[in-house]
Amino acid sequence: METESILSALAQIYPSARLLTHPAQLTPYESDALTAYHVRPLGVVLPESQEEVIETVRLCDRFQVPFVARGSGTSLSGGSLPIEGGLVIALNRLNKILRLDPKERIAVVEPGVINLEVSKAAAPFGLYYAPDPSSQPICTIGGNLAFNAGGAHCLKYGMTSNHVLGIKAVLPDGEVVQLGGESLEGLGLDLVGLFVGSEGLFGIALEATLRLMPKPEMYRTVMASYGSLHEAGDAVSQVVASGLLPGALEIMDKLAIQAAEAAVHPHYPEGAEAVLIVELEGDRDQVELEFKLVTDVIRASGATNVHVAQGEADRLLIWKGRKSAFSAVGRLTPDYLVQDGVVPRSQLGAALAEIQRLGAQYSLRVANVFHAGDGNLHPLILFDGREERALQRAEQLAGEILMMCIRLGGSITGEHGVGVEKRAYLPQMFNEVDMGTMKQLHRAIDPHELSNRGKMFLN
Amino acid sequence: MNAKPKSIDEVQSLVRQAVRILPGGGGTKPALSAPSEGTELLDMSGLAGILEYVPEEFTFTALAGTRLTDINLLLSEHKQYLPFDPILAERGATLGGTVAAGASGSGRYHYGGIRDFLLGVRYVNSQGDVVRGGGKVVKNAAGFDLPKLMVGSLGALGVLVELTFKVFPRPEMFATLCRDCASLDEALEVLYRMFSARLDIDSLDLEPNQDHYTIWVRLGGWEEALPARLERIKSVLGACQVLNNHEEAQPWRQARELGWVPDGWSLIKVPVTPGRIQSLEAGLANKPVLRRYFAGGQAAWLSLAEPPMALKGLLVTHGLSGLVLFGTSGSPRLGEFPERSFYQRVKTALDPLQRFVEV
Repeated sequence: METESILSALAQIYPSARLLTHPAQLTPYESDALTAYHVRPLGVVLPESQEEVIETVRLCDRFQVPFVARGSGTSLSGGSLPIEGGLVIALNRLNKILRLDPKERIAVVEPGVINLEVSKAAAPFGLYYAPDPSSQPICTIGGNLAFNAGGAHCLKYGMTSNHVLGIKAVLPDGEVVQLGGESLEGLGLDLVGLFVGSEGLFGIALEATLRLMPKPEMYRTVMASYGSLHEAGDAVSQVVASGLLPGALEIMDKLAIQAAEAAVHPHYPEGAEAVLIVELEGDRDQVELEFKLVTDVIRASGATNVHVAQGEADRLLIWKGRKSAFSAVGRLTPDYLVQDGVVPRSQLGAALAEIQRLGAQYSLRVANVFHAGDGNLHPLILFDGREERALQRAEQLAGEILMMCIRLGGSITGEHGVGVEKRAYLPQMFNEVDMGTMKQLHRAIDPHELSNRGKMFLN
Repeated sequence: MNAKPKSIDEVQSLVRQAVRILPGGGGTKPALSAPSEGTELLDMSGLAGILEYVPEEFTFTALAGTRLTDINLLLSEHKQYLPFDPILAERGATLGGTVAAGASGSGRYHYGGIRDFLLGVRYVNSQGDVVRGGGKVVKNAAGFDLPKLMVGSLGALGVLVELTFKVFPRPEMFATLCRDCASLDEALEVLYRMFSARLDIDSLDLEPNQDHYTIWVRLGGWEEALPARLERIKSVLGACQVLNNHEEAQPWRQARELGWVPDGWSLIKVPVTPGRIQSLEAGLANKPVLRRYFAGGQAAWLSLAEPPMALKGLLVTHGLSGLVLFGTSGSPRLGEFPERSFYQRVKTALDPLQRFVEV
């Protein structure tokens, strides 16, 4: 009855082309980038204005129907997985950059704006939006904000949270709030900071005020090959110990290199067991000097080959290889799981050895791609879903890796979020009091758990 | 006699016994550590000590009562620092008070403020239990971001007992430049020119004086690259004075320690944007208010001989809000509070027993 009524109420707002209820229309929304999970929603709405989103949320509250806000569906933790009997609010049509103020260096955008579009719009003014998740050509700001998306350049300038100044949001009960503003400095509790990364549990962001930064005057990108993963890891420690603060410090192992090479031909060195990508960014004189320092460190670190990006095209090719690694692994295997865990940087070697041991124990291949500067690991677990219990085995292995991250003093997620994928592991990282506190906060904002129910917390 | 706990256990039992409690640190921001009637002050300065510091991790963990000077000293021994210049360090500010007040300084310009460097917290909640949020690694997206919530929380949600911070390598050398401008128009024009110069500067402050404005620029980096970078900055900044070596740190120390605020005067922090400086300056014209705009014009310090309330009307007119650090005002907040309803939900959830103060 209830569902009948919400659908007819929604039909008062949406023309039939923007209110999807037929199974064939719903199929594309049943899953996100955590492809092993599927849930069929009650329906999907495609709002074209903030008012429509607010009205929809208010109807969901009135009929007590849970909802999931969705952008491009690139969440690797199942963050935009639908709820059974719930509504999907697809925000892709709220894709306007409402204001771009190059003088004050801010952009006010709707949630459906694609991450890379912000930088493109800012580029004529010498500005850019810093957070650069690998999915940046397709992922949306709304999703970035909900899951505090990271990327390869977090060491120096942080994640999404460090670049959001203000948020206009509709809370799960339909109240519209404005948090933060346009200044980098705030007063009172940092409620913007709380909202970012709340995984959609606090409602839907309708507008975000983003900080734009001046594009670095110069990049210097160095790619070094090593005979072992261990040596590449040691090189990271040496770079860090030398007092340098690179914009990015990335490592890929042999399997990931092979996959990237097959997919986008980034000309990674042949036969390397690991490559280290170091990128320096900043003003010309400083970067040139740091480039000298870093190449000295790398040459002394046992690198078998050192390649310096020659020009912007070469640099972008190196990054294309790195950023395509997740999808490229798809060429090596029918199925794979992307993991996301963090360990203290000094434990990287121990963590990689343990992942290798676990892979052998489970007879599963694991490719490693990681933001080494942040200690953020992305093991890619390769499996064949047609084999019996292969997914379960892969998930078990992933779970062991997460437990290892906790044991080593790290985190179960650096940038993908908890979503549905890691709900069972959050209570391993936080005790009952910590979990209780987070749940109290959750209930205070959404007592009926309508907004993105089932994410972050196990019921 | 104020209670002065020496351990986290003691904090817990003191919170459990209290009716209403306000944690205080070094007392350097007196408006924020002055309990109203019926509220007990918890002196946290005895809960001090650095618990963990691994320089190659770029992180440290310390008890909330630890003095900033102790932290700064240890970090500098390892050529690291907290880039956001936490204020009032030499006057005795503690780590906990700095977080609770959100007290970033001029250096927040380049790499961000406290919110961007605080990785993890432990605090004692309304029930006297210890709650942990965030983590000890530089990147973490697990669970709600409680550390950020604690920045600027002014003791309203709990008693901070332990904090984990990210740190950065300290530039090998700094240099400072200052330029005097005859008018505000000229000063703002120079400020915007600096924004778009694509030079990595660490601090950029605007100081209004009697008959002119001074722009302060701080540049840090490798000694070898500094001269060339200074030349470039000079070409953007125009006629200016360059301070080196020991002289160089002095104006920033003055800014950090708020040494320019006369004894007994009120002090209010007001977040702004560079675009709003002009109208705020016009509103303050002919008023006996000392000002300094810091972090690239993202916030203002306003100081006056009168009680802070004297500026409330002006802040409301300009749609701004302020935080009182020095002076008696009844409430630490002045002016607009558009986030109140969301705050109220958070406050009710985390302080159900109403043991802590309101912000």
